Amino acid sequence: MSADFIPVLMHLLLVAGVAAFILAGSVLLGRSGRKNEVKDTAYECGMPAGVVRAPRYSVKFYLVAMLFVLFDIEVIFLYPWAVQFREMVAESLLPLWSMVFFVLILGIAYLYVLKKKALDWNEA
Amino acid sequence: MDLFTFLSSSVMVLVVFTIVLTLVPISVYLERRVSAVIQDRLGPNRVGLPLTLFGAKKDFHLFGLFQPAADGIKLFLKEDHTPAHVNKFYFILAPALVMVPALLSAAVIPFGSTMDMPFFEGRQVQLAVANVDIGPLLIFAIASLTVYGIVIAGWASNSRYPFLGGVRSSAQMISYEICLGLSIIPVLLYFGDLNLGRIADQQSRDGWLLLPIAFGGDGPVVDWRTLLLLPTLLIAFIIFTVSLFAETNRAPFDLPECETELVSGYHTEYSSMKFALFFMGEYAAMVVGSALIVTLFFGGWALPFGLDNLIRDPATGAFPWWASLMHMGVFLTKVIGFIVFFIWVRWTVPRFRYDQLMKLGWVVFFELALANILLAAILIAIFG
Repeated sequence: MSADFIPVLMHLLLVAGVAAFILAGSVLLGRSGRKNEVKDTAYECGMPAGVVRAPRYSVKFYLVAMLFVLFDIEVIFLYPWAVQFREMVAESLLPLWSMVFFVLILGIAYLYVLKKKALDWNEA
Repeated sequence: MDLFTFLSSSVMVLVVFTIVLTLVPISVYLERRVSAVIQDRLGPNRVGLPLTLFGAKKDFHLFGLFQPAADGIKLFLKEDHTPAHVNKFYFILAPALVMVPALLSAAVIPFGSTMDMPFFEGRQVQLAVANVDIGPLLIFAIASLTVYGIVIAGWASNSRYPFLGGVRSSAQMISYEICLGLSIIPVLLYFGDLNLGRIADQQSRDGWLLLPIAFGGDGPVVDWRTLLLLPTLLIAFIIFTVSLFAETNRAPFDLPECETELVSGYHTEYSSMKFALFFMGEYAAMVVGSALIVTLFFGGWALPFGLDNLIRDPATGAFPWWASLMHMGVFLTKVIGFIVFFIWVRWTVPRFRYDQLMKLGWVVFFELALANILLAAILIAIFG
């Protein structure tokens, strides 16, 4: 089984090698121009750059990250079920009902998220 | 792993890598030419074979086909400037982190059918780097690493616009990953398999997933149970395709780099080939995404209407070598068709607003995909 993945590893080595080669090549082949102070500042459309190491941004992004972790795990649970479903459902309806209830619980959580306006981007 | 398998997979690694890396400049060229046609311009049409350099009377322009090569050489020769205010290690790492996963995820795509090797009696080779049992899962797992490259690029640049681009892109990519994962579950319910090689093979027997008409196979020409499932599969296809646009940061979902607001988003501070690596990553992701759509929904390397049943070796299920090479051509034709579709959409549809983007992913597609899964499961449970 794990022998199937050896070619993937070979592919990874090749791709990573090419990426390193390109990065090095662009440093080696590229012409170097004069250095000056303005060239080394952050680009802000020609305005003098305000030095901000980490700008502030909306807390909504943290919420999206957390919701992603929660819901993506549900997606992973669906995969083995989906692959086995056709064979199992021929014998009994249990796999169908179990998934209906699973999605129902997921739906309640989802409705809670909607109700809390966690996915509403229109207000600040 | 014996020597033959090792050599054949080494050759396949090189072949697949070359194909994807060739398709990237081809899609850049197509992008510029198709956008020119859409905007009623000419586009790049000059760079061909510069024969006058070698004393000939005339150059061959070749419709500007060598433009990407010229661009590549130019990018290599430009100054590779690393600004003083960036976080150097991550700044250099980020472009590679965008490109490597995009090219790596091509490893499990079947580029052609199982081939009876000429000169090696009784040996068969699948025209894919790896034939693993978790194909789409592996692609999602690897492709989602791209988000690290973009976030690190935005963060390491220590600049406002790249930072905003990186934050936006991370939120967008992880949101649409859920839709991407959910949308193909009806397809998996239909196939009962996660092995992309077998999925393509089954479609060569029973007809493409979205065109289930097959002559010469074991089953009937049109299976009515598949026809009943067809609407759910069509919805799955639409959600999957649109989510893929968002995953690859392509217009109309190119908010991480939208020029009118963020200069050019997460790669504002990059120059030379580092800048080009981001583009290679984006286009490679587009190529692999098209390949995945083709494999799941449009039969992969299979001819339409089950025509492959006429060529197949009935005992082993393998194909003679010329048929396998033809299948590779069929596959690449379909993939290029989808790349043109990607480009066409980019130059036709205006950009979304950020709240519309998030709403489409989390509210519309999430609910639609869940309902679609239940519908497909109930149909399969009732009609078998």
